[in-house]
Amino acid sequence: METVKVKINGAEYEVAKNATILEAARSAGIHIPTLCYLKDINAIGSCRICVVEVKGAKSLVASCVYPVSEGMEIVTNSAKVQHSRRMTLELILSDHNQACLTCARNQNCELQRLSVEYGMREIRFEHDKNHEYPDIEDSAVHLVRDNNKCILCRRCVAVCKANQGVSVIGPSRRGFKTRITCAFDAELKDVPCINCGQCIAVCPTGALTEKDDTEKVWRALNDPSKHVVVGAAPSVRVQMGEFFQMPIGTNVEGKVAAALRRLSFDGVYDVDTAADLTIMEEGTEFLHRLKGDGPLPLITSCSPGWIKYCEHFYPEFLENISSCKSPQGMFGAMMKSYYAQKMGLDPKDIFVVSIMPCTAKKFEITRDGQDVDGAPGIDVSLTCRELSRMIKRAGIDFANLPDEEFDEPFGIASGAAHIFGATGGVMEAALRTVYEIVEGKPCQPIEFKEVRGTKGIKEASYQIGGQEVRVAVCSGTANAGKLLDMVKNGEKEYHFIEIMACPGGCVNGGGQPIQPSSVQNSVDIRALRAAGLYGEDDKMVLRKSHENPIVQEIYRTYLGEPGSHKAHKLLHTHYVKRDHF
Amino acid sequence: MAKKSKTDFPFEGTPEQEEKLKELIAKYTDVQGALMPVLQGAQDIYGYLPIEVQKMIADGLHIPLQTIYGVATFYSQFTLTPKGKYRIGVCLGTACYVKGSAQILEEIKKELDIDVKETTPDRLFSIEDTRCLGCCGLAPVMKINDDVYGRVVPEDVHSILEKYRLLG
Repeated sequence: METVKVKINGAEYEVAKNATILEAARSAGIHIPTLCYLKDINAIGSCRICVVEVKGAKSLVASCVYPVSEGMEIVTNSAKVQHSRRMTLELILSDHNQACLTCARNQNCELQRLSVEYGMREIRFEHDKNHEYPDIEDSAVHLVRDNNKCILCRRCVAVCKANQGVSVIGPSRRGFKTRITCAFDAELKDVPCINCGQCIAVCPTGALTEKDDTEKVWRALNDPSKHVVVGAAPSVRVQMGEFFQMPIGTNVEGKVAAALRRLSFDGVYDVDTAADLTIMEEGTEFLHRLKGDGPLPLITSCSPGWIKYCEHFYPEFLENISSCKSPQGMFGAMMKSYYAQKMGLDPKDIFVVSIMPCTAKKFEITRDGQDVDGAPGIDVSLTCRELSRMIKRAGIDFANLPDEEFDEPFGIASGAAHIFGATGGVMEAALRTVYEIVEGKPCQPIEFKEVRGTKGIKEASYQIGGQEVRVAVCSGTANAGKLLDMVKNGEKEYHFIEIMACPGGCVNGGGQPIQPSSVQNSVDIRALRAAGLYGEDDKMVLRKSHENPIVQEIYRTYLGEPGSHKAHKLLHTHYVKRDHF
Repeated sequence: MAKKSKTDFPFEGTPEQEEKLKELIAKYTDVQGALMPVLQGAQDIYGYLPIEVQKMIADGLHIPLQTIYGVATFYSQFTLTPKGKYRIGVCLGTACYVKGSAQILEEIKKELDIDVKETTPDRLFSIEDTRCLGCCGLAPVMKINDDVYGRVVPEDVHSILEKYRLLG
């Protein structure tokens, strides 16, 4: 690595030659505050919080975009710098709705934290009365945008474009009238938003939040006529701990089960059981298609963000997507059918709640074909963040809960199901089962490590049943677009593709705990959380979906065999072409 | 969020205009920084930049519609509504302003029930952002197309506009 010598706050450092001042300072362990900066995604020098003094420069410079050079002398914390940052903060705050006490991001807000750090006590500037307060956008099922709290950092815009390739939000107008909007101020529900919620996960303030559905769940829990059940998605177990100051990636499956039980759900279940079911159905579908029954490549269908992306931007691939419902969809369908019958309950009295790392799941449950005989499979889909609020409101000391198990009859899952939460997990889970069905013997080793890791597009090829099976795994819909373009123009040919809408898969979903940019910029959150899932799989004896005794029983006593008529009616769905504008 | 504005006009683009726009886009395909010249050219062709035109540009240049909308609403040279047959400008420059041109503008807005940068539903009148017209001796000044009116008082507004209404 080529380096240059620079002086920061009087001390000499050797730093990478092509680094920005911000990167150089961080490598030297010197903190410079930021607001609009997001590593690899947004470096636009717009918020002016990261300004520093450079000897010889006419004015303060934005350290996130200013490159270092040999002999540069930098001061990051002089009176002049502090004065400038305070003025910038004061101006931002003068145009910010400071309703901190009633804000979903209270105590987890980057603007609030800076305001505390810089001792802001008084805002001398009044809000410009000439510009009306913008309306609150809550047209979509998954998200609320309050432009009165927006600081125009454009992190949401950058992530929507760079990571997701969707670009439905962006600045419009100018000056005081600048807002983040959709084209022609259309409502979010009417544009090709894929509901992924990545914008929420990078918002530094409370301008973007998930639509809170917790009241519906509290109401159901207090309704004695309802049998309220809950299921937790694979990645939830490696995310929930973060809300309670546990290290990123800690597997808290047992505490999640314990907390849900203390919230007085009538049944505390694991969506991972449904993930095993998904592998049975999708694996069967893949084998059929390999034999020529249906188009290849087969593409996974677990991620509702990806599904909507495909419907808007790549409708020519809709017939390649597996007809399987997602694990959430299968969980809901089984609760309102198999479970109702087994427990002797009227499906109408069962209220099903899912806990998801995902905002798009809120949209998924409203889709056509997700119902069971006219009733919704899932009644309410909550993000991890909403669940954390319920746990806190109920006064549950999460970190000190004992580890408990999920309930029978939907509480056993394989390691294959656990790894669904990380990019490559569904592919690996499917391959473990498909290999064994085709070869008639267990695969050795059981891991398919080529499809693991947080790289955006991964490829591998395996010999199964004397045939070469080429697979690809990709996460982040911008990567999906790239991959599908290559498939379309014949550059690449695959039999099986896993696509997750969020970079890194569900462990980095739009419903995850929000880590401030200081953390997002310095550690790979996706990798840490994924490690929690792979670590659990590693320790397990039950690591293959088809060996899950509950899944076996469901087929034996209720569904018949994978791909049966009944399985199709309950566990499969369909997709629609949507406009790309 | 999206409010139906008084100035939502049905799109009346002709095949000839579309042909011209396509030629323009083809000239700029794969050119860096193509959006500004294409938007300027498109506005020359159509007189304004309605959603139909912006969608054609989005598809042609492979630029997200929101990005185009952002640029089109950022620069005051672009307009998203068609201009009226009679384009009204009331000077808000210093001399006219102190002579009371703001009240004249208010009167026109009231009379036509539209705001600055908007067009009446019959497309007869539109009001434009206007600064000094270079005849401060006549302040306050207003202009309708090329006709200049000096020393206007609010009471004159109705009769001036009526003249154009009768012309149709």
